[in-house]
Amino acid sequence: MLAIYKREMHAYFTTPAGYIFMAIFLCAAGFLFSLTTLQEQSSDVSMYFQLLMLAYIVLIPLLTMRSFAEEKRNKTEQLLLTAPVSLWSMVLAKFLAAFTLFLGTVAVSSLFFVTLGMYAEPNWGRVLGCTVGMILIGICFIAIGMFLSSLTENQFTAAITTIGVLCGLVMLAMLNGFLNSYVLRQILNWISIYSRYSNFTMGIFDFSSAVYYLSMCAVFLFLTKRVYEKRRFA
Amino acid sequence: MIEVEHLVKSYGTNLALDDVSFSVGEREILGLLGPNGAGKSTAMNIMTGYLSANAGTVRIDGIDILEHPGEAKKRIGFLPETPPLYGDMRVEEYLRFVYELKQCTYNRDAHLEEVCRVTRLYDARRRIIKNLSTGYRQRLGIAQALVGNPKVLILDEPTVGLDPKQIIEVRNLIRTLGREHTVILSSHILSEVQAVCDRVVILDNGKVLCDEKTNSISRAVQQNTRIRVRVCGPQKEVLEALRAVPQVSSAMATGERERDSFSYFVESAPGTDVRKGVFFAMAQREWPIVGMEEEGYSLEDVFLKLTETGDLSGTGKKRRK
Repeated sequence: MLAIYKREMHAYFTTPAGYIFMAIFLCAAGFLFSLTTLQEQSSDVSMYFQLLMLAYIVLIPLLTMRSFAEEKRNKTEQLLLTAPVSLWSMVLAKFLAAFTLFLGTVAVSSLFFVTLGMYAEPNWGRVLGCTVGMILIGICFIAIGMFLSSLTENQFTAAITTIGVLCGLVMLAMLNGFLNSYVLRQILNWISIYSRYSNFTMGIFDFSSAVYYLSMCAVFLFLTKRVYEKRRFA
Repeated sequence: MIEVEHLVKSYGTNLALDDVSFSVGEREILGLLGPNGAGKSTAMNIMTGYLSANAGTVRIDGIDILEHPGEAKKRIGFLPETPPLYGDMRVEEYLRFVYELKQCTYNRDAHLEEVCRVTRLYDARRRIIKNLSTGYRQRLGIAQALVGNPKVLILDEPTVGLDPKQIIEVRNLIRTLGREHTVILSSHILSEVQAVCDRVVILDNGKVLCDEKTNSISRAVQQNTRIRVRVCGPQKEVLEALRAVPQVSSAMATGERERDSFSYFVESAPGTDVRKGVFFAMAQREWPIVGMEEEGYSLEDVFLKLTETGDLSGTGKKRRK
């Protein structure tokens, strides 16, 4: 498992993939940050995080699109699948590599708040809550992206379907306004990735939401593993 | 070392393997031979645990690949049809990755150096894989399979895409490897299997057509003698005259023509020599023979005979299931 993890990290930094992800992420985050705080002369970061979540829809696929699709295209998956390594370790290693790069980039972008702290008194509880929430959403999106990448051998198909699915998931919350039925609204709120995030924006660590995001992640990693199992038997 | 029993595999309605069984002994080189689409790659993919069969078992060194995949896979080095190489890595980085992936416990650097030496990759070890030529890629593919010194090597078309010099190199390499490993290789080139393998399993349409020692196949076929003659003279009459020679069982034109001479295949009963007879018959009619040579059967002929009739007819060898 460690071998695959190391190989993934190596690939992120010897091909443009990792750099492109980090560059676009930091550009987008920097732009959104200056737009919502510096330009508005405000120390409220919740708007920044809300816009950043929309940016994730495009950013995360950059990170996950090649993970399985490229292995399949280059037939290198045959090496992994015939090596004495379990499917779980293969899926987890790839997930952890993407997560490491994601976490590193988020850490770099957190330096923005240091700048903010020098000139204003932001609500640190809220900053922390939002950051944790965004990391959890990121984990969830990465797992979804990986699953979709395992279904195709074309990186761009993987990226575009991931953008579509993530868009749909985020948009679910917006459907809420059009629904009359209370029950349906409640169900939608329960499923929606976006609505579950709102507690974090108030600086509250919402345990049930955290469990929700982590289990979403687990489900999609499990589905990814099933894709490989199924293909063996197909 | 390897036991394959009653493998069945279908892709949808297409039956890729139909009750395939064979076994390979320790340090034996087995050739899986068959036309494209015969099921060679499918069989190999199942043996390595990449695919699973609908029915049947594969045991590597007595270990069932489905029940204990980890243990069985440790004993296998696999070169798939396309070498599984990461273009962005250097040769030595890649081999180190494979070493860790296979969880080997040797002295890493010494072991990888040895692998590079055997496959003659040492000079290329600092090069980036995507810049390597096909020959180097193929050798790196073999090197990758050798990492961890597995007891069994499964090589899917190891010489495909190589130039003649590289083909000879790779064949020599495989022959050397066969001294210490059990090797299964697939090929649709019959002379290759003849040159390298101890035993041949011929697959066609997912069925085993024949499972024989390479020598016994060649010997079986060589019982029939065949010569090729080139004669200056009218084709039709020359053919008639050739057929009239005692002990000649058949004569036919090969279709080759060079100015006023034509080539013919002349076959005769086992253990006879009709060359003198052919000479005098032609001399009598004043048709000069400008070329004559013995023509042995190649595995190609065996193969064609087998796939056409499913039987080595006239050679005394029965089809085995």
